[in-house]
Amino acid sequence: MSENMNLTLKVWRQRNNKDKGKFEDFKVNDISPDMSFLEMFDVLNEQLISQGSDPIAFDHDCREGICGMCSMYINGRPHGPKEGITTCQLHMRSFKDGDTIVVEPWRANAFPVIKDLVVDRTAFDRIIAAGGFISVNTGNAQDGNSIPISKIDADIAFAAAACIGCGACVAACKNASAMLFVSAKINQLSHLPQGQPERMQRVRAMVHQMDKEGFGACTNTGACSAECPKEISLVNIASMNCDYIKANVIDSNG
Amino acid sequence: MGAFSFLLNSTIGKKVIMGVTGICLVGFLAVHCFVNSLIFVNDGGELFNTAAEFMAHNVLIRTMEIFLFLGLILHALQGINLVFKNMSARKVKYYKQDGAANSKWYSRSMGLLGTLLLLFLILHLKHFWYVSRLTEEISSGDDTLFGEMKEVFANPIVVAIYIIGVISLAYHLLHGFQSAFQSLGFNHKKYTPFIKSFGFWYSIIISILFAVMPLALHLGWVK
Repeated sequence: MSENMNLTLKVWRQRNNKDKGKFEDFKVNDISPDMSFLEMFDVLNEQLISQGSDPIAFDHDCREGICGMCSMYINGRPHGPKEGITTCQLHMRSFKDGDTIVVEPWRANAFPVIKDLVVDRTAFDRIIAAGGFISVNTGNAQDGNSIPISKIDADIAFAAAACIGCGACVAACKNASAMLFVSAKINQLSHLPQGQPERMQRVRAMVHQMDKEGFGACTNTGACSAECPKEISLVNIASMNCDYIKANVIDSNG
Repeated sequence: MGAFSFLLNSTIGKKVIMGVTGICLVGFLAVHCFVNSLIFVNDGGELFNTAAEFMAHNVLIRTMEIFLFLGLILHALQGINLVFKNMSARKVKYYKQDGAANSKWYSRSMGLLGTLLLLFLILHLKHFWYVSRLTEEISSGDDTLFGEMKEVFANPIVVAIYIIGVISLAYHLLHGFQSAFQSLGFNHKKYTPFIKSFGFWYSIIISILFAVMPLALHLGWVK
């Protein structure tokens, strides 16, 4: 069992979207290595509240790595130094006594800061609303097993569907590109029979909305996939590119 | 605008242009490298001069040259456009960013490498393309392209600049070759490992050959 530690936190504070914002330094003492990063922030916020100052605003919800809310950019990496995890799954044993930890919000024009470490990720919602669904306008859902799906396609769709929409891909990308997110949301449908009728219009609409939100272009650095807590594959981006080209060049509904 | 307006209007379309022109330029490099490697035959540049003569006068080659220049200009302009667009997608920068943790430095520096290559190309075109295509110096028989090479590479500073240019090329290709296929939608476990390893060795071998040429002429390995 390793010792409890004392840390310095350099945290981005910003009152609201209009405020310019700045870094503030905080000391936290006696932090257990078994705490999660968010629990450490809870300790810090309790400390701030008892001092009568404003606690640090940060996003969190399920605290078990499935909701995608926690969004801190820790020491230069989204969700901190470990791979394949969200911030709530990051434990303090990843740090050493005496460390200074820099915590910033996701940075992208498409993700404006709301307060402190909380950013507005509704750009993702608008991309989904543009086409990330299937239209079944009437009747009951039919029995799932009545449509045969190959195991390979089911696996690809399921791996893409693991995306929790946290935005780490955008945060990690030097271009603030949302291609990994958008491609995952397209591929979870385009590999299933239910996704076929709207496949071409979906990719066009979602890419169009993605561009409209002001995300950058993909330069295939692979940073998104490397930092993705669900390890979404870059193959999704290539599949989306392929569908997008088809949708524009040979799709008869164009 | 029809079916192809997406090439100019969407981020994916812009990358399609980068990929297609990039692959064309990669193809050109193979031809360029092959013809130039004829100097290693070490026959006083005779075979090389014959090949250079053919490249300078064949109608098909000269037509392709026009498309090559158009491709190069498109690649450079679209590249510059994308670099600025991508930089402005994050107006407030990070205080601390650990890029090395998730990507290769040359993947993140294609704009810089491309700019170095463009500057090198301007010098390179002035040294050889301008002299062989737009002046009478070589066609009049006073000089040969091989003679011109020996003259240019007598200067050690020029040799150093060429080697820096070729190193930029190597890293630009290391990322660009496989990235082009990804942008065009080709990524499958059946063939992507082949594209990646072929691209790696292609970049390395082409760059070494190009780097050895000025060195060999400067040091007199090839006479």
